[in-house]
Amino acid sequence: MFWQKEIETIGRKALEELKLKRLKQTVHRAYKNITFYREKFSELNIKPKDINSLKDIQKLPFTTREDLRENYPFGLLAVAREQVVRLHTSSGTTGKPKAIFFTKKDIDQAAELIARCLIMTGIKKDDVLQNMMTYGLFTGALIMHYGAEKVGVLVIPAGPGHTKRQISLMQDFKTTTLHLTPSYALYLANVMSNEGLDPQRDLFLRRAYLGAEPYSEGTRRKIEKFFSIDVYNSYGLSEMNGPGVAFECVEKNGMHLWEDNFIIEIINPETGEELPEGEKGELVLTTLCREAMPILRYRTRDITMIIPGKCKCGRTHRRISRIIGRTDDMFIIRGVNIFPQQIEQVLMGVKGVAQNYQIILESYDQMTIRVEISRDLFDGRIEHLMNLQSEITEKLRSEILVKPKVELLEPGTLPVSEGKATRVVDKRTL
Amino acid sequence: MDKLKQISIFSENKPGRLEKITKVLADEGVNILAINIASSNGFGVIKFIVDKCELAYQKLKQKGFTVSLNEVLAIEMVDKPGGLYEVAKTLSQKKVNIENAYVFILESRKRAFLIVEVQDIEKAKKLLQHVNLKFYREAEFKKKSK
Repeated sequence: MFWQKEIETIGRKALEELKLKRLKQTVHRAYKNITFYREKFSELNIKPKDINSLKDIQKLPFTTREDLRENYPFGLLAVAREQVVRLHTSSGTTGKPKAIFFTKKDIDQAAELIARCLIMTGIKKDDVLQNMMTYGLFTGALIMHYGAEKVGVLVIPAGPGHTKRQISLMQDFKTTTLHLTPSYALYLANVMSNEGLDPQRDLFLRRAYLGAEPYSEGTRRKIEKFFSIDVYNSYGLSEMNGPGVAFECVEKNGMHLWEDNFIIEIINPETGEELPEGEKGELVLTTLCREAMPILRYRTRDITMIIPGKCKCGRTHRRISRIIGRTDDMFIIRGVNIFPQQIEQVLMGVKGVAQNYQIILESYDQMTIRVEISRDLFDGRIEHLMNLQSEITEKLRSEILVKPKVELLEPGTLPVSEGKATRVVDKRTL
Repeated sequence: MDKLKQISIFSENKPGRLEKITKVLADEGVNILAINIASSNGFGVIKFIVDKCELAYQKLKQKGFTVSLNEVLAIEMVDKPGGLYEVAKTLSQKKVNIENAYVFILESRKRAFLIVEVQDIEKAKKLLQHVNLKFYREAEFKKKSK
């Protein structure tokens, strides 16, 4: 099923032409209306007319998170203020937040992309979507909400938390589809299993959209199995509208990134050099349709790769792999670069491990992995736990090349946030 | 040979865990007949033989403890020198391997039981069907422990 079949299955050549046309327009508008970009262009000694091919994008300056912060609140606005209908901000744990503006058309366009995503996973008008992302300044819930309404789905704007109420809503309104973070999905599974609820017997769920945090394939399988549903990976960031930038189709093998709306580049985060398809690097995005806030070559800090080859679903927009890590999540122990997702992937592949874990960076050469054991697989034998402990240690050592200290914990010991989970505790900076 | 079940609880090795566990048992009026604690590398497994096994198991589970219930052998030992030797000799003759063992004493020094954990309880029971050992009997046990 398609929402906009023509554009979703457009031939590559026509898509490249469309991208170039829109890139030129975007560059012109950014240069004409945003002082920040005009100054950047003159530093690099370029003019909008120097952009004549898609390859020329490499001449353009990068835009970083810091640029967005420094230009807070109105610095990157490309339209008159009366044309703006919506403000979102992206959380600023360090210093100023980032302001993201939308015109009416921008909201509509973001909702169109969500509609494409939802239809791609087989959603229909009679589906019921329980939206458990945070409504408010965060884009996660509202953009999904608008897109789902566009499709005609019944949307329950539940927001996160209030887990018991979430469960009653799911039962009373026969929710078929969830939109939530992976950590909240795991939390929900835990609550349901403690309450003796069996999703297959007691609920009506068919699918869930998971986004806003990186998670592993193993976690996806655990969630799919517990709820008896299909889990689709969703990628987005507030700076690029929020959710709906890239999404999985029924093949569940990478997320189609809507190339008529964004230009994808994968770069080496240290050198800025472009990497070929199939190689992991930092995702860089350029908006092609945004009115209020065109952004050129935005450094997302997310690590992914372009999956080479065509997708069976027929969509021609290329796919990116699930987010492997964030350049700022990466930490270094004994000189080795490690992403928390590498650790998660190992843990989720070990039988006897529950969903929750924590990584403690004790010093520059020592880390502790705290793992909750699975309640169901505990058989009372201490030898089995000792084996589990050494199996985890050994598997981690071979994956990350550093031998961690592994602690086995009782389920429910670690704090579970109902929003984004804090997996890494860095004692080195405390 | 009647069934005797043992409760095992996973616990991190930190102050207050045993207190929390035993409080659940105390609140439910569960009497502990034997206890065994094994610990390793930051965690431990605490094992109990109690009078109201099913109740204790359910309550501990409800309170969020990581609990498992498994059947063990309870073999009566004569309380005199060589008592354990007799039992061990029989088990060895029948090639029953002891995974873990501990003792509980009933009626203060009149009768002692050796609690034996084995890999395969059904197989062990079969092997020990006709040996000259006294095993735990539920009826007798219920009567004697007030």
